[in-house]
Amino acid sequence: MPTEITLRLQINGEQVRRIIPANRSLLDFIREDLRLTGSKHGCDVGDCGACTVLVDGAPQLACITLAAECEGAAIRTIEGVTDGGGLHPIQEALHRHVGAQCGYCTPGIVMAMTSLLEADPHPSDSAINEALGSNICRCTGYTKILAAVREVARPGSPS
Amino acid sequence: MSQHEAAMHRPSVHESAHLHVTGAARYVADLPGPPGTLWALAVRSPHAHAVIRGIDVAAARAIPGVYAVLCAGDIPGHACWGPIRHDEPLLADGAVHAVGQAVAVVIADSEAVGRAGVAAVGVTYDVLEPILGIPAAIAAGSFLDDAPHVITRGDLDAAFATAAHVIEGEVASPAQDHFYLETQAALVVPEEDGTWRVFSSTQHPTEIQRAVADTLGVGANRVVCEVPRLGGGFGGKESQATPFACMAALGAWVTGRACRMVPHRDEDMIATGKRHPFLSKWRAAVAADGAILGLDARLWADGGWSLDLSGPIVDRAMFHVDNACFLPAVRIEGRACRTNVTSNTAFRGFGGPQGMLVVDDVLRTIAEVTGIPEADVLRRNLYGDAPRDRTPYGQAVDPTRLPRVLDALDARSGRSARVAEVAAFNERSRWVKRGLGLQAVKFGISFTNGLLNQAGATVLLYTDGTAQVNHGGTEMGQGLFTKMRAVAADALGIRPESVRVMATSTEKVPNTVATAASSGSDLNGAAVNDACATIVARLRPLAIELVGEDPVFAGGEVRGARGAMTVAALASAAWARRISLHATGFYATPGIAYDRAAGRGTPFFYYAYGAALVEVEVDGRTGESRLVRVDVVHDVGASLVPTIDRGQIEGAFVQGFGWLTMEDPRFDAAGRLVTHGPSTYKIPASGDVPGAFYVDLLPDADQPGVIGGSKAVGEPPFMLAIGVLGALRDAIRALRPGRSVRLALPATNENVLRAVAG
Ligand code: FES
Ligand code: FES
Repeated sequence: MPTEITLRLQINGEQVRRIIPANRSLLDFIREDLRLTGSKHGCDVGDCGACTVLVDGAPQLACITLAAECEGAAIRTIEGVTDGGGLHPIQEALHRHVGAQCGYCTPGIVMAMTSLLEADPHPSDSAINEALGSNICRCTGYTKILAAVREVARPGSPS
Repeated sequence: MSQHEAAMHRPSVHESAHLHVTGAARYVADLPGPPGTLWALAVRSPHAHAVIRGIDVAAARAIPGVYAVLCAGDIPGHACWGPIRHDEPLLADGAVHAVGQAVAVVIADSEAVGRAGVAAVGVTYDVLEPILGIPAAIAAGSFLDDAPHVITRGDLDAAFATAAHVIEGEVASPAQDHFYLETQAALVVPEEDGTWRVFSSTQHPTEIQRAVADTLGVGANRVVCEVPRLGGGFGGKESQATPFACMAALGAWVTGRACRMVPHRDEDMIATGKRHPFLSKWRAAVAADGAILGLDARLWADGGWSLDLSGPIVDRAMFHVDNACFLPAVRIEGRACRTNVTSNTAFRGFGGPQGMLVVDDVLRTIAEVTGIPEADVLRRNLYGDAPRDRTPYGQAVDPTRLPRVLDALDARSGRSARVAEVAAFNERSRWVKRGLGLQAVKFGISFTNGLLNQAGATVLLYTDGTAQVNHGGTEMGQGLFTKMRAVAADALGIRPESVRVMATSTEKVPNTVATAASSGSDLNGAAVNDACATIVARLRPLAIELVGEDPVFAGGEVRGARGAMTVAALASAAWARRISLHATGFYATPGIAYDRAAGRGTPFFYYAYGAALVEVEVDGRTGESRLVRVDVVHDVGASLVPTIDRGQIEGAFVQGFGWLTMEDPRFDAAGRLVTHGPSTYKIPASGDVPGAFYVDLLPDADQPGVIGGSKAVGEPPFMLAIGVLGALRDAIRALRPGRSVRLALPATNENVLRAVAG
C-alpha cells in the first residue's frame, strides 16, 4: 500500500482537504476524488494536452503531475475557468467557430489558451502555435481552433 | 415555410458545443458508475506467435483487491467474437497470434490493483516464428480469404499489344493508428434479473449488445448498449470496441458488480488494429497521349491475425483503384493476408485511400515517361461520356460532376497563375523548392455489403411541442446529431432548440448497423424523416380541422387556410383526441447489389466527389517539407449543415496528410509495436496545418434520393490529401529535374531526403 498523505489545495476557488495515496496523479485526484471529469485522459504520458489544468495560473499536464506536488496551490480546471459560470471569450469563440468536433481535446485547449491569453492578450500566430503545440486534436485539423484563438487574440482582424 | 427558415442547409454550431467547451460533455470514462465499480485489465501477450503452456493466476488472485482472474475456459457463453467471422477468441485459447492479444482478464477494485494483478499473472509460452509483413505472408501462402476477389473488364492483352508505353510499379502504404483522443472505454452495470446495461465508446452499439449477450450466454433482450458520445472513432471503434465491453461484462458477471475497462493509450495502441498496410503491384498500357489503355493491378492487405473487416476493406480498395479515371481494359485482384500482428480494421476510407494510391502511382509514371504534367494526365483520363462512364465493376459514373469540381477548383485556387508562380519561386531558390499537386477524388457511398444499408429511428413528440429523436447512429464528433436535429426540426415543423437527439441506445432503436462508411446521416436522416412524417401525417387531419386546409408545419407553428396554432397546442389537442405522438421510422437504400463472384454490380448508391490543389515547400538539404496552401472544392450535395461539413473536410484532409507524411508506426523484428504513444507516433499538430486553407462546397449539387439532397462527407475528403504526394513530387522534381521520383511512404523528412538523393 502506498503511503497516504493529507493534501490541502484550492480547486476553482474552493479549499479542499483530502487524504490520498502519495503517488496519486493530479489528474486522477481531480477526476476520481473530486469527480471533476472535464479534464481528460488522452495519453497519460504528458504528450497530448487533454489533461491541461492551471496550477497557480500556469498550464500544467495533470497526468504527469503528482497531486502531492500541488500542496497549497490554486488549481483551475475547465469547470472553473470563469468565476461566474459564463463563458470565457475563448470558450465562446470555440463554440461559435465549431472548434470542437468530438470535444475530447477541447477542455485542455481551453485551459492552455486561457493561460496564453491571460499572459498575453494579443499573442502572435507563432506564439499561438507554440502554446497550442502541446495540445493534440485528432478531429478538426486545427483550422477552426486557430480561427477562434486568433479572433480572441486580435478582435476585428480577419481570422 | 415562408416565415420560418428551415433548420437544414444552414450553418449551425455542434449540438453539444456548449458541453464540449465547458467540459460538461460526458464520455464513457466520465460516467461515475455505481459505488463499488470494479476495473477490468487484460493480461496481454508479449509474443507475436506462441503456444501457451500454462497460466498461473494464484499469485494474482492472492492480491487484496483482486476479485477474479478469468481465462478462456471461464467464459460462460460464446468464447469468440468478430464482426464477420467469429474467429477471434476473447481470451486466448491455447495459443497467441499477435502481441497484445488478451490472454486473461483481471478484475480488481482499482486500476492500480488491477495493474499489480496483471503483473502477477504468470503465463508460460513456447515461442513460435511469426509471419510479419505482406511479402512474408505471400511467401507462406498465409491468407484470411479462401480465394482472391477479381474484377475484370475488356481485353487486357490487346491493350498491352497496342500500347505506346508499358509501365509498371509498386506501392507500399503504411499502417495508421486511429489515435482517437478518447481511448476505448466500456462500463457494464448489472441490473436485476440477469440483465446488463453496457455503456460503450463504440460505433456499433448493436454489435456490442450481441457480443456481450453471446459472451454471457444470454439473449440479446437482456443486454442494453448505450453510447453517450465518442471522443473520436474514425473506424477504430467499429468492431474493436467489442472485446473491451465483453471483458468488462465478464467482470460484472463474475462479481455481480459494475465493471469498467478503459485502457491507457499505450495499451490501446498495442492491442487494437490499425489502417491496413497495402502492397500493390501494377502494370499499365498507355497510349502516346498519356491515356490509360489497360491496367493490371494486384493488391494485398495486411489483415493481421483475424479477419475482422479485412474482406470488405480489400473490396473497397479494389473499387477505388480507378479513383477518378476510366480504365478501358482492366484486371484488379485483391487478397487479405494473415500475419501475426493485431487484426487491422476499419479506418476512415476503409481501403479506399490505399486503392487510390495505385492510380496515383500510374498517373505519376505516365507523366514521367511522356513528359506531360501530372495534372494534365489526370484530366486526360477522367471518366467521360458513355462508354467511358463505367467503372471496372460496371457501375455508371456521372461524367459531369468531377469536371465541374475541377473547374471550380481551378478558379478558386488560380491554378494556372500558381503554376507560374511556383516555377518563378523555384527559379530564384536553389535548395528550397515548391511544388503543386492536384488531386481528384471519386468515392463510393454505401456499405458495399448491401444488406447493411438500413436504419431505424424512434421519434417522440411531447404535448409541449418538444421532441426526442432516437436513431441508430453514434455521435463521434462528425456532427451526426447536429444534422439529425435539423432533419427532425424541419420534418416536424419545430425549432431545432425544441429537438433533443438522445444518446444512442439499443433499447430505443434495435438491430442497427455500425455508424460507418460515411453513411450515418444518409441512412439515419432518412429514417428520422420517415418517423417524423408518420407523426405529421397523423396530426394533419386534426390540423385541418383546427386551422383549415393545407396546414404547413414550420418553426413551431402550424398555419392553415383559416389560422395558425403552435405545434404544442396541436400536440396537446391530439393527445386529448387519443392520437399517438410517437413513431418509428425506417429506411433501406434502394438498388445496391454486387455480385462478388462475377465482379459486377452496383455496390454504391452514388459517388461523392472532391478535388484539392496542394502547395508544399521542400528543403532539399534536410528533406523537411511544409504545407504552404491547400484549396479544396468538395461536393457534399446540398449540405445539411455547412459548418459541420467544412469541419469534416478540413479534419479529414489533415488526418490524410498525417497518414501520408508523418504517422509512422514501427514494429520491431519480433512483431512488437514500438511506437505506442504520442512521443514516438507523431500525428499532425497545429503548426503542421497550412496557414492558407480554403474550402468551398460545390454549389447547385443536390443529390436526388438522399435526405435534403445532401451527400455523405466523413471519408471522401481524407483522400484529397493524396495531393500532398503529387506536390512533394513536383517540388522534388524541381530539385533534380528530368528524373523519376520514388517517394516511399510515409513521406517523412527522411523519405523525402532519400527521394531527393535517389
Ligand atoms: S493525458 Fe496528460 S498530456 Fe495526455
Ligand atoms: S475535437 Fe476530437 S480531438 Fe479535438
